[in-house]
Amino acid sequence: MLETQKLNKSYGTNRALTDLDLKVNKGVIFGLLGPNGAGKSTLIRIINQIIDADSGQVFIDGRPLAPDHISQIGYLPEERGLYKKMKVWDQMLYFARLKGLSQIDAKKRINLWLDKMEMSTWKEKKIEDLSKGMAQKVQFISTIIHNPPLLILDEPFSGFDPVNAEIIKDQILELKSQGTTVILSTHRMESVELLCDQVAMINRSQKILDGTIRQVKNSYRPEVFQVTVDHPVKPIPAEWIAHEEDGSYHFTLPLSGKTPNELLGELMPYGQISRFQEVIPSMEEIFIHQVKSTKHE
Amino acid sequence: MNKIWLVIQREYLARVKKKSFLLATLLTPLIFPAIMAIFVWIAVEEKENQSLRIIEVVDDNKLFFLESSEQYAFSFSDRSIDEAKELVKNGDRYGFLHIPSFDLKSPQGITFYGEENPNMNLMSYLESSLKKKIEDQRLYETGIDPKIITDIRTSVDIKSIMLDEQGGEKVSNATVNYAIGFVAGILIYMFIFIYGNQIMQGVIEEKSSRIVEILVSSLKPFQLMMGKIVGIAGVGLTQLLIWIVLIGGLTTIVTGYLGMQMPQQQAMEMAQAGMEQVPDSGVAEILQVINGIDFVTLVACFVFYFLGGYLLYGALFAGIGSAVETPSDAQQFMLPVTVPLIVSYMGLFVFILQDPNSTTSFWLSVIPLTSPIAMMGRVSYGVPFWELALSMSLLILGFLGTTWVAGKIYRIGILMHGTKPSYKTLWKWIKTNN
Repeated sequence: MLETQKLNKSYGTNRALTDLDLKVNKGVIFGLLGPNGAGKSTLIRIINQIIDADSGQVFIDGRPLAPDHISQIGYLPEERGLYKKMKVWDQMLYFARLKGLSQIDAKKRINLWLDKMEMSTWKEKKIEDLSKGMAQKVQFISTIIHNPPLLILDEPFSGFDPVNAEIIKDQILELKSQGTTVILSTHRMESVELLCDQVAMINRSQKILDGTIRQVKNSYRPEVFQVTVDHPVKPIPAEWIAHEEDGSYHFTLPLSGKTPNELLGELMPYGQISRFQEVIPSMEEIFIHQVKSTKHE
Repeated sequence: MNKIWLVIQREYLARVKKKSFLLATLLTPLIFPAIMAIFVWIAVEEKENQSLRIIEVVDDNKLFFLESSEQYAFSFSDRSIDEAKELVKNGDRYGFLHIPSFDLKSPQGITFYGEENPNMNLMSYLESSLKKKIEDQRLYETGIDPKIITDIRTSVDIKSIMLDEQGGEKVSNATVNYAIGFVAGILIYMFIFIYGNQIMQGVIEEKSSRIVEILVSSLKPFQLMMGKIVGIAGVGLTQLLIWIVLIGGLTTIVTGYLGMQMPQQQAMEMAQAGMEQVPDSGVAEILQVINGIDFVTLVACFVFYFLGGYLLYGALFAGIGSAVETPSDAQQFMLPVTVPLIVSYMGLFVFILQDPNSTTSFWLSVIPLTSPIAMMGRVSYGVPFWELALSMSLLILGFLGTTWVAGKIYRIGILMHGTKPSYKTLWKWIKTNN
């Protein structure tokens, strides 16, 4: 769906993107991760043709980025904005028309979405009279109103209460099931694990890792296992630093070059093993670890 | 193109639909006549309710007789100063004027006593009456009959006729031309300021509320900027049009009403009296002058400079708005906009309306930043074609220039947050290609 090749951008002496290569497959939810100032917004702005890259190229469906791609992208920026004095209906119509929908199509689709999100009664309300959550919903609908095959959402859940965040999450998943490709830029790792199929992490203008969630997690396994032994028949070695709870001993062991089965074999003589589980890092841990380690370089 | 049109529509409708627009549009043409009507009414009421004020005059020279007016009556007596003062204190007299005996060549010591501070009106009335009396007296003493002087006084009114290239003649009148230049210049000046500010506010609103990020993902910043400028121009033109219609309508109604009030006979008499007293002057001449004005050129020029000036400055206002985050931050960049505007405004009064054909007037009306206001001051006096053409082409170039510069600033400015730019950064933005 989307591919970038050797994308570079700098502001004065600040590098915002360095030789960035990305490949986003069609119909996936792609998590774009990175700390503030890493270059995510710059990348998103380049894809949206708000700014131009210094060098490198962006392809959408194999075609270099062109003005007519605008109507195929829905963009929800991190900093939301609506005209405070405009009515919900007028506002949606304006955004939809700017994305190239005809008047008739735009009206049809707005009605559809307002019904779907149970917002029809707000039509004539001004944005300034809505709560923050309601305004966010209006903004979300305005983003997807033209049914774009590529959706770019920058921190989509910020500003939503849990109930509304759930509604938005469901909408994103539904759009995905209809074939929409979603780029999700966020630092909320729990939503990344829940939603994303593919991720890329950017730090200090460079991509530091990418792949599917499983691939990323696998490559960052510390190869450590959590073990619980119930009522051991012989004493647990002190260097394993086990702690006891109702006769069960919990501790973690590194593989240290062995296979998991070999390790398990070594443990069996100690007694009944009720747990033997590999430690899988959360995306959050990988994120923090990566950001820290690139900082130290 | 289609997208610019959408922006124009939004900007236009968002403003025109506002209640404040409706109020301002409907009330402004009513406010000035209303204020004037109130003043006239108060003045009339005051005059009617005012009791005649009696002023005691003690003239030691026994020479001067002051004629009573509608408001003031003069009573002459030989009372002593103290007695006269007493009258004022009692409230029997409004005031007391003492004219001591003096040498007519240097009248001194004339004093007015009153319970309250005498108003300007009264003082100047007293001064001018006395001046005239003293002058008459002196003439009389040198042996000239003051009546002869009155007889000799002549009023001169020069009728000016402009010869055009085709050999035609046009009656012109400096006063009428002055008024036209004055009104047109001020209108353009106000329009640029008021609507330029609206552009700036609009840009700042979009920037600070971050709508702009969504907008520029759908259209080019330049389209957004031009859409806003043109949309707001539409608002201004609408307002102007409504005002013209309203004022025209009101005038018709008012004159119609007054006409009905006035009995036919009286009106006839007045008209006849007018004809006899001031043949071929006043109203008649103004009408002649108005007939002589080339309205097509005047209106065409007005619309051109009105729009040209607005577009030229509008772009600058948009550029400034894009660079800042709050209207108060905009102050630091307003100088390059306000200075030429004020220069042309002052120039209109100091140079152009005084002498429309001087060198300064020429330059002011040709340089694009000042020409929209300055040229309007000259058009009604008649401007050589080549000067008009030069001024207009320079204005178009100027507009393209400011739009280009503003576009460069705008494109980068609207996405910049958190930094307060200086002139230096703006210059850097202008130079940036991308």
